[in-house]
Amino acid sequence: MLSKMYYRELYCGTPVRFWMGLALLTTFILIGLGSAYYMEHSGHWVTGMSNQVVWGLPHVFAIFLIVAASGALNVASIGSVFGGPMYKPLGRYSSLLAIGLLVGGLIVLVLDLGRPDRLIVAMTEYNFKSIFAWNVILYSGFIGIVAVYLWTMMDRSVNKLYRPLGFIAFFWRIALTTGTGSIFGFLVAREAYDAAIMAPMFVIMSFSYGLAFFIVTLIAAYLWSDRQIGELRLAKLKNLLGVFVGAVLYFTLVFNLTNLYATQHHGIERFILLDGGVYTQMFWFGQVLVGGVIPLFLIYSPAFDKSRWAIAAASIAVLIGGFFQLYVIVIGGQAYPMTVFPGKEVLESSFYDGVVSSYVPTFAEGALGVGGIAIALALVAIGARMFKVFPESLEDPEEA
Amino acid sequence: MRSSFFSRKCILGLLAGAALAIPAMQAAAQSTYVTKGSKAASEKSCVAETSDIRRNHMDYMKHGRDEVVIDGDRTGQYSLAGCIDCHAAKDASGKYLPVDSEDQFCHSCHAYVAVNPACFQCHRTTPEKRD
Amino acid sequence: MSKQSDQPGMNRRQLIGGVIAATGAVTIAPGLILHAVAGNPQQKKGASSEKRWGMVIDANKCADGCSACVDACNDEHNLTGFDRPATDAQWIRTVKLKDKQTGHINRMVMLCQHCEFPPCVDVCPTNASFKRVDGIVLVDRHRCIGCRYCMMACPYKARSFIHEALADQSVNAPRGKGCVESCTLCVHRVDAGKTTTACQDACQKEGHAAILFGDLNDPKSRISQVLKSNNSTQIRADLELNTGVRYLNL
Repeated sequence: MLSKMYYRELYCGTPVRFWMGLALLTTFILIGLGSAYYMEHSGHWVTGMSNQVVWGLPHVFAIFLIVAASGALNVASIGSVFGGPMYKPLGRYSSLLAIGLLVGGLIVLVLDLGRPDRLIVAMTEYNFKSIFAWNVILYSGFIGIVAVYLWTMMDRSVNKLYRPLGFIAFFWRIALTTGTGSIFGFLVAREAYDAAIMAPMFVIMSFSYGLAFFIVTLIAAYLWSDRQIGELRLAKLKNLLGVFVGAVLYFTLVFNLTNLYATQHHGIERFILLDGGVYTQMFWFGQVLVGGVIPLFLIYSPAFDKSRWAIAAASIAVLIGGFFQLYVIVIGGQAYPMTVFPGKEVLESSFYDGVVSSYVPTFAEGALGVGGIAIALALVAIGARMFKVFPESLEDPEEA
Repeated sequence: MRSSFFSRKCILGLLAGAALAIPAMQAAAQSTYVTKGSKAASEKSCVAETSDIRRNHMDYMKHGRDEVVIDGDRTGQYSLAGCIDCHAAKDASGKYLPVDSEDQFCHSCHAYVAVNPACFQCHRTTPEKRD
Repeated sequence: MSKQSDQPGMNRRQLIGGVIAATGAVTIAPGLILHAVAGNPQQKKGASSEKRWGMVIDANKCADGCSACVDACNDEHNLTGFDRPATDAQWIRTVKLKDKQTGHINRMVMLCQHCEFPPCVDVCPTNASFKRVDGIVLVDRHRCIGCRYCMMACPYKARSFIHEALADQSVNAPRGKGCVESCTLCVHRVDAGKTTTACQDACQKEGHAAILFGDLNDPKSRISQVLKSNNSTQIRADLELNTGVRYLNL
């Protein structure tokens, strides 16, 4: 028998601990917003972005957060769609985190637009052939659906809608990450993209990053508020993360193997896997080693059996690796020269045809991205303080 | 053009505009409303009834911009370049003053109603002379 | 009139006011009616769908070291740079190519290829990237939010993002910070009834005559005749975009 769950607002040992945490996040948010203002005011030439690398570090952060947002809902989905009783008490927090991460990511994305003041145009003018336009609907719909989903978990009077909404939210989030992956999958002209596997790969990446985000923030919140998490519950989350990390590696393997088969993709594969300099290093050391091999070792090695520090470290490694993975996809894919003239070598061009484009991120871009993460975490902290999302205790049920 | 309406300043501007625009227009009608030294100062009326233009110029221009940009029809009666050619004043040295600079044609009225025209983020503010 | 030319601002207004159907209809209706009258086909104003503007570039005639067309384009549209080649706008650029197998060297100019099926138009979320009925691909900067997705999608690297604030733009090409832009095929000239582009004039003046602009739909136009009697190529023809810019001797 599962004992009854009591949910309680997030109160730390002393009020100072909560407010200091929030003040720290606010500092990052202000630095991020200041950076965004600086970039918008001066124009994008003050960033590392150019006419060759048009999407830079802010996009890596934004896509990372958006993809993770969808994955953060894993736990709630398992609780309601797949009926996992161990996960159900975590559903509320899972939904809150999903909303927070998505809002953080969207703010970064919007603040990097050339004309963020015209955002309203993106809501009144739709080109339904554009996956971006679809994403506007998918992202805003996600926030709305998950908010209602959260409501059905917290209010008994609407509890009968809990399961249907669980299903809707589950399908919507799959659509959302499919849409995000398709931003790249639909780019026919670029060798690094233009692959249908992008969509499912982004779905599986979202499972992995989102769960890692969930584990890290859950452990942090419970430390922050001096509450207990049972070993069994963490072990369940840990095993799930292991499966997702393996799946991301598998998709990476299939994606690259497919490219290696087609002659026209040999150039980009050589660039990413062998001689792309910083991108090659990010791929092997960042994505594969830190984001794949190390977390798998931490998760499955008997040496770290029930160590929650190993679980936290594995989750953080997944996040770092995921960030590098997106950096390689987004920026590495643009840095590699697009084949405009197949079969020809470019001897001279004033517009960087045929040469690897350089991209050096600036402080402001990074600060905007970090500000986005801080916005996500601050929203979650405030939400958890205002609503009863965290169970008072996550000790394992006695029977188990 | 309208996008800047959504900055906070401009929403306030809209509110202020709703309250103030009509009396302001009437007040302006009695005073001189074209800039001294501009070509417009010597004309009897604007490209249409002046009161009509004063009230509806933004809609005419927005309408015209879609005709020009999307339909490629540049024969319309209203054009922003036309406004600027006619309403830009010259300074003492004979150089054109930007229409959106302090006390010049666009600025004087828009500052009063606190509406910030976004036109000049892309459009030039003085008549263009090409050789 | 086409739905595309409906005025975005009207929708926005509706949104602000929160006034839904009735008032909205009253607001929009006059705009639509006015627009319908202005677009009356009998008057034959503006771009015509009977035409398809295009260009043919003869790589053999493009002279080494010459940049007359680039200079003319910059002058025509007042594309002043900031001496920052990575972020300065380039609507037309010269490129020198060498065949990897045969060593044959070509020189030619790259610009927006004005595709019949432009990827930039497909991906644009706000319909800011659009193709005119006469085949010219443009950016409506009143709707561009500066997301740069079109630059990701364009197979020709034809587009530039405006990375800094500008002043003293030309009436021929109003442009400003935060929007994307590319070759307009001298649309201001086309609308004025002129039959050449700035780059073509400059190339002619230099005595190379490597660039020819004209109506691809008119079998009697010079460009159609040149293309009919010569073997021409499209760049990245594998993408089947049916480009409006064709190349000879490439």
